[in-house]
Amino acid sequence: MENLLYGMTAEFKDPDALLVAAKKTREAGYMEIDCYTPFPVHGLDEAIGFKEAKVQWAILLAGIAGGLGGAALEVYVSAIDQPLNIGGRPMISWPSFFPVMYECTILLAGCTALFVMLALNGLPRPNHPIFNAVNFDRATQDRFFLCIEKKDPAFNEKDTKKFMDSLGADNVSAVYADEETY
Amino acid sequence: MAVIDKEPEIKPYEPLIEGNPSYGDFDESIGRLILSHAAHSKAWLKWLGILFMGVNLLLLSVGVLLWQGIGVWGNNQPVGWGFDIINFVWWIGIGHAGTLISAVLLLVRQQWRNSINRFAEAMTIFAVMCAGMYPLLHTGRPWVAYWLFPYPNILAMWPNFRSPLVWDVFAVSTYMTISILFWFMGLIPDFATIRDKASSMPMKKIYGLLAMGWRGSAKHWHRYEAAYIILAGISAPLVLSVHSIVSLDFAVSIVPGWNNTLFPPYFVAGAVFAGFAMVLTFAIPVRKIYKLDHLITDLHLDWMAKIMLTTGLIVFFGYLLEVYYAFYSGSEWEMFMTSNRFSGPYMVLFWSLWLFNGIIPQLLWFPKVRRNTTMLMIISFGISIGMWLERFVIIPMSLHRDFLPSSWGMYYPTIWDFGMFAGTIFFFVFMMFLFIRFLPFINIFEVKDLWLKMKHQGHVPAVAGKGGEEN
Repeated sequence: MENLLYGMTAEFKDPDALLVAAKKTREAGYMEIDCYTPFPVHGLDEAIGFKEAKVQWAILLAGIAGGLGGAALEVYVSAIDQPLNIGGRPMISWPSFFPVMYECTILLAGCTALFVMLALNGLPRPNHPIFNAVNFDRATQDRFFLCIEKKDPAFNEKDTKKFMDSLGADNVSAVYADEETY
Repeated sequence: MAVIDKEPEIKPYEPLIEGNPSYGDFDESIGRLILSHAAHSKAWLKWLGILFMGVNLLLLSVGVLLWQGIGVWGNNQPVGWGFDIINFVWWIGIGHAGTLISAVLLLVRQQWRNSINRFAEAMTIFAVMCAGMYPLLHTGRPWVAYWLFPYPNILAMWPNFRSPLVWDVFAVSTYMTISILFWFMGLIPDFATIRDKASSMPMKKIYGLLAMGWRGSAKHWHRYEAAYIILAGISAPLVLSVHSIVSLDFAVSIVPGWNNTLFPPYFVAGAVFAGFAMVLTFAIPVRKIYKLDHLITDLHLDWMAKIMLTTGLIVFFGYLLEVYYAFYSGSEWEMFMTSNRFSGPYMVLFWSLWLFNGIIPQLLWFPKVRRNTTMLMIISFGISIGMWLERFVIIPMSLHRDFLPSSWGMYYPTIWDFGMFAGTIFFFVFMMFLFIRFLPFINIFEVKDLWLKMKHQGHVPAVAGKGGEEN
């Protein structure tokens, strides 16, 4: 049982209380923390010290690739592989090429937005130790959870419990992983 | 706030969410529609049955069409584009309000979108499905529709990228894909809520699969929000590009009445106009039947009506400019086309168009009308008809008498034209019925977020243009 310990959770009724608690936890020196909320609570990512812009960069690169790819396709098709003289227009008639280029940019960027977001989040993932937390089915409804994970160097079952009890949460409990999901 | 008491009529600061619900109440009022069949009246099932028969009408019309060929339609020479293109443009226009409400209003931080966006996005997807059927079937051999896409093939043929019809293929297929992705992305956290609220195992499994293990981690939300806002950011210009490209199908040609640089903005405004009319046509009965007045308030209806009024004025200005351009151009064909609209064989349709889209919507200037659901329903319905007439006026009316009087003709739709048109309407409503039953009809997590923001402002309710700035 002991080695299946995933972390310690604290449950809050109010998002603002969670925000305060998350800041305190971070100040107390814990690094491996996460919060679980039914909707995005502003400032929570900063409070747990999480900052990342991988999704944005991926979308930008995908958009550029889409636009260039679309343009390359059109030039290859209309000027290299099958040059057709239509109404005397130039082979590379870029004003006519613009709409398809544009749609390719958006298509690739849009697909990247969803799929890269899911990939970075490690989804789809049907099970996760955190789902074993007490009352966790309400984390998608009306409760707000803070979790200090065991992999945190400062994690110590007794001290962490004591610390979390001081945060004013509704309940504090240890979370254990199932053997197969650990 | 004393101002409010003096003017109960206009109430500029009335709340977007009424009452004092808890977070759980939102789950309850929206989730119960999915989790408990008792939340739906018996009439739901009855109507679903009737609509299903209507869907069969669509299948029958398409079956006859595929069996016989497009000769069963009224398309002829000189009117090669009839109901197929009219309905394609009409449906795709209706779809645009969904993206506009979702994406554009998200970008400009208009928080009143939260109660209506999910629903409008669903409308977009179903409307684009209906729209997509028409050009595909109009090809005559839809089973080889993949020829439209550029791929190396044994025929050694490529599409002609200088043709607006190819642009259309790219625009509409991209639009469909992005609309579905955007919709699905918004649904993921709500699927998780339904999964956790459900008590029966099959429900838990189905919604659990759809939620893909979403657990609401702050790190996940961080990436989610970044991706969502960018997806909105690219959907907004997408929606403008799609209808602009649709309008270029016409504007790039030399047919009188089509060859007009006015078309892209005028089509986009028309799409928004028609789309909001359709959103209202659905939102008013749904909020009444499912008692969602506290989430879709009179304020929402009022603002949607204002957008309708604005875009309606743009559209009407477009009609006037078309007349002006025709005479300013000095082109004999353009001038004849315009007088043919005024007094030709289809003049009744033309004048009805001006009535439904130009004159009746002016009633929306009155605040009382904007808050009277019956009046709004009637006006919105009229606009839907009007927008359909607009496409009739543009397409067959320009084609039936173009350059050579010897090749003039008339266009009469056949029973299969009407059958398929009615069929797509039934299909659309049928899909909406299923949507209300099986998917969260209002964006649960965004409503909760909005509620928190309203609370932070000391119960000063979030209002348009203000809510966003505070955070």
